[in-house]
Amino acid sequence: MVSTRSVTGTGVVRARRNRADDVAGLGRARAGVFVAPALLMIGMFLLFPAIWTIYLGMTDFRLTGLAAAHTSFVGLGNFTAAFGDKAFWNALQLTVVFVALSGVIGQSLLGFSLAWSLRRLKGWVRTLVESLALAAWVIPGSVNAFLWIALLDRRDGTLNTLLNTPGTAWLISYPMAMIVIFNIWVGTAFSMQLFSSALSSVSPSQLESAQIAGASEFRQLFDIVLPTIKGHILTNTLMITLWTFNTFTPFLLTAGGPNRKTEIFSVYIYKSAIGSGQLGFGAAISMIMLLINLAIALLYMRVGRKR
Amino acid sequence: MTMATRTPSRTTSRTATRFVGRLGFVVFITVVSVFFALPMVWLVVAPFDANPTMSVKWPDWTLNNFHRILENPYAFGSIVNSLIISVGVVALTVILATLAAYALSRVRIPGRDALLYGLLLLSSIVTGTAAMVPTFQLISALGLINTQLGVVLVMSGGLLPTVVFILKDFMDSVPKSYEESARLYGATPFQILRDVVVPVARPGIAFVAVWSVVQAWSNFLVPFILLRDPTLQPAGVLMYTFYTEAGQADLRLIAAFSLVYTLPVVVIYFLVNRKFGFRFYGGIKS
Repeated sequence: MVSTRSVTGTGVVRARRNRADDVAGLGRARAGVFVAPALLMIGMFLLFPAIWTIYLGMTDFRLTGLAAAHTSFVGLGNFTAAFGDKAFWNALQLTVVFVALSGVIGQSLLGFSLAWSLRRLKGWVRTLVESLALAAWVIPGSVNAFLWIALLDRRDGTLNTLLNTPGTAWLISYPMAMIVIFNIWVGTAFSMQLFSSALSSVSPSQLESAQIAGASEFRQLFDIVLPTIKGHILTNTLMITLWTFNTFTPFLLTAGGPNRKTEIFSVYIYKSAIGSGQLGFGAAISMIMLLINLAIALLYMRVGRKR
Repeated sequence: MTMATRTPSRTTSRTATRFVGRLGFVVFITVVSVFFALPMVWLVVAPFDANPTMSVKWPDWTLNNFHRILENPYAFGSIVNSLIISVGVVALTVILATLAAYALSRVRIPGRDALLYGLLLLSSIVTGTAAMVPTFQLISALGLINTQLGVVLVMSGGLLPTVVFILKDFMDSVPKSYEESARLYGATPFQILRDVVVPVARPGIAFVAVWSVVQAWSNFLVPFILLRDPTLQPAGVLMYTFYTEAGQADLRLIAAFSLVYTLPVVVIYFLVNRKFGFRFYGGIKS
């Protein structure tokens, strides 16, 4: 393994390697046969649904009732219905707040602060803090949600005991704040690990000379560290934006309520399409979600290529 | 910090600054650790408490709560269902991805790199949430609603691009000399893959297998949408039913069941993390 890696450095060796790549005598045709089953699966269960959404979004397909038997084409009707729906704008607005506060600001800042303060530590403190953050990420969503329901419980919840605020129904009085904090708790591990490895790429000698020159920790951070890890910050921000936008876990905590106060986009799609059976309408708003995802991903690729 | 007087020697003020910095660090780390640990304490103590409540308290030790899992008509079966689905997903993704990754690693199919990146892009755009409606309709149209096969197919389709990508990267670093000599002895390409490449690439295959297990085991949305029958639902969906269905929630059952459902993925994850170092990939974790 090591030997192949090390020879790729020189152009000559690389050229020879390319010619000798197909050592098993696979040939293009057979290679195609090897790749086909995977492509077929991806085409069927990932690509096809995405494309089919375009058509479905233009029908009045329903789970039950009259339109279930006679699906008819309604053109852009579902889209105009969505844009005229107050719940649609409510969901969009909540999602922007949710992504900005819990993802872009919360997870990134907390993840970076953790990576920064733990960077020179070795030993049990670091292992402990990292393991705790990672555990929150690994525990399955429906268990995580219940752990928070217990923590925030009105009668016996640990939070009310600790804060001495008996009877506070956190999930009803402050539902949005709670799912934001919940999502920071779940997802910070990603930013922490990403920034952790990014910080290890910052040259220690540069930091040392800055320190000798008397630069404060803040100066070192802004003048040396942040410019060096600019790429990682970008990757982190866009990945987190995409994931936070697509997460469904807050549904397990609040089911979008009370009163649609936590009905972020993913929950709105679920409720309109599968909850109330308007699949055509649901497909139309899914289409909007797919387009937003596409925009985020393309932005990422574009900015990434420029660097 | 105490900069009001400039007369004290610089060393004192520097020590003070360092002390405050140190203190700030300790406070920050403590607060963050408590923030992360607090919700999880319940999961550690409540399963062993004879009378668990929502609050965290020193337990009245017992193991009886775990009997509840066997007494409940669906609980044990749901763990089995999670296993069936995870094994199905891993088998399908790993076999298909190994074939594809090997071919893509060894043969220059035109547009290979574009294909790989295109697939990765596709899997990050078409997430479980964004595609839940068309996926539901597709599986209904195929007559696979309320079947575990439907769940396995949808999850595998979502995971495959990432798994192919990781495995291809891995296969690129597997030395080719063994394959050359196997070919000299007249082995067919499939034999070479099965008997030579797969054994050498085992660490990479193990990594993607574990990664897929964790994804499939924790996934909530896909089975939640596609399975209605509680005898078919995996543990993640049943867990949700336990605390949302009408009536008094059975905390003994919930506590014990949560732990049994959570422990395998946490253990696997930390073992892999130790062995391979931490790596995140996109996916349908939701």
